[in-house]
Amino acid sequence: MKKLINKPEDVVLEELQGIELAHPDIVKVFYDPNYIVRADAPVKGKVGLVSGGGSGHEPMHGGFVGMGMLDAACPGAVFTSPTPDQMLEATKAVNGGAGVLHIVKNYTGDVMNFEMAADLAKEEGIEVESVVVDDDVAVKDSTWTAGRRGVGLTVLMEKIVGAAAEEGRSLKEVADLARKVNAQGRSMGMALTSCVVPHVGKPSFDLPEDEMEIGIGIHGEPGRVRMKLEPADKVTEMLLTPVVEDLPFKAGDEVLLFVNSMGGTPLIELYIIYRKAVQMLEAKGIKVTRHLIGPYITSLEMAGASITLLKLDADLTKLWDAPVKTAGMRWGI
Amino acid sequence: MAISRDDVLAWIRAFAQIIEENNEYLTNLDREIGDADHGANMNRGFKAVMTKLPTLETGDIPSILKGVGMTLLSSVGGASGPLYSTVFMQLSKTFAGKEQLELADWCAGWEAAEQGVQMRGKAVPGEKTMVDAMQPALDALKEAVAQNLPIGEGLRKSADAAHEGMLATIPLVARKGRASYLGERSANHQDPGATSTYFLLDSAAKTWANC
Ligand SMILES: Nc1ncnc2c1ncn2[C@@H]1O[C@H](COP(=O)(O)OP(=O)(O)OP(=O)(O)O)[C@@H](O)[C@H]1O
Ligand SMILES: [Mg+2]
Repeated sequence: MKKLINKPEDVVLEELQGIELAHPDIVKVFYDPNYIVRADAPVKGKVGLVSGGGSGHEPMHGGFVGMGMLDAACPGAVFTSPTPDQMLEATKAVNGGAGVLHIVKNYTGDVMNFEMAADLAKEEGIEVESVVVDDDVAVKDSTWTAGRRGVGLTVLMEKIVGAAAEEGRSLKEVADLARKVNAQGRSMGMALTSCVVPHVGKPSFDLPEDEMEIGIGIHGEPGRVRMKLEPADKVTEMLLTPVVEDLPFKAGDEVLLFVNSMGGTPLIELYIIYRKAVQMLEAKGIKVTRHLIGPYITSLEMAGASITLLKLDADLTKLWDAPVKTAGMRWGI
Repeated sequence: MAISRDDVLAWIRAFAQIIEENNEYLTNLDREIGDADHGANMNRGFKAVMTKLPTLETGDIPSILKGVGMTLLSSVGGASGPLYSTVFMQLSKTFAGKEQLELADWCAGWEAAEQGVQMRGKAVPGEKTMVDAMQPALDALKEAVAQNLPIGEGLRKSADAAHEGMLATIPLVARKGRASYLGERSANHQDPGATSTYFLLDSAAKTWANC
């Protein structure tokens, strides 16, 4: 294993210390239990947005805390869900009296830990709603599985719902909006290489030099199919087609196209994928009116990419364009 | 003889040791069909328990077990954190007021633990989870209680049943947890959570062999 770390067990702690030093104008960092809140939390009368998950997906979620996005993020150990005590403290810290929304990616661990935290927060008199993101079309037949995973759409949801909360919408409105985003977005990812979890020290799965894995999640879990490497255009088709067909996205739809790096894939390759995806969507009469390109929900140093499509309307577009000031996403200010 | 407070402490220490020794083994099982962290998760949790244990030692059986459950809840995360926490919290609740445990008490505790895990995780037997080790162990315990077997013998039978349940997860296709994302590819692998559950019962059987 070759990594720029000190000790594997200190990775998350030292990352948090770096974030604290880098962005004192945007966030406050708390330790034991670990959580990050926006510098001006709690914002009085505003719905608080709390998310969280395993570390290793940076900039998600800590990098999305700040004006116009999340109020708090709870980082777990690398690729492991955080614990209820972190979520409870974060919930209390951002409760401005208008209630708190938990944005939870659909993984068994995250869901169970957030459920326990929501129960504890309610016992303390805080109004809590939870929304589960499950946009990964690679997971089929959800009655036979733990359900679809929450992947790329999480980033878009946190931005859009964050803007709505900033506008002063109510807890119910914000939660309904989050569910609407979840209903209108889909994703699929692939890997060229595996990744190495620091405390494990070896690749999460073995992927030969000339093969790729289609339908991976964001935790180094193996995907659904492994095959010989193909050119970028072919890979883009393999990712985009199931995404388009699943919702389905139709001629006349306006969409946000999000091409995400899993961590190791450079921007130059993301643009190649973006180009092909736009061509394919245009051929189907689907109009790309907004986009996001870059590493926003990563899987450590894994090489690979994911494509997320979100169907837009005037409200979602306006919320997407609204100002945001976080470590990982910043515009309109 | 019965299981005393000191025996309970010895069991927790023994399990923490087994988890440490099998950290890599459990993580490797999880690498096959999960996200390569089950050993690390359990080890982080039981390291925290071992740090906490000196402050729990003076309590009675239920308070020790509750302390273990709370520590796991705030240190493990993942799926196994809430599930193992539930196991210890349920044991604690069932043993309320008990100074020592007979096999029937342990059986009742394990039944509550099993039900708690099923409620939290919504898994039923056959879905390739820790429930597949818990359930046969419970059946074996009930039978042992009905036959009035000595504690050590009953525990041995339950650990053996958990072992069989663990092996029986190998051909199963996972329907809960991360492994379910793999669909058919999850078959031919042993479930990590069922394996750690077997270790839990095996360390009970070994520690309490002469109780
Ligand atoms: N719904 C469930 N019910 C019972 N047991 C479950 C359930 N989901 C998972 N498990 C058990 O948990 C084990 C995996 O635990 P582990 O510590 O690896 O957590 P994880 O699923 O990786 O959590 P995270 O996803 O947050 O990392 C599985 O082997 C299985 O036995
Ligand atoms: Mg795991």
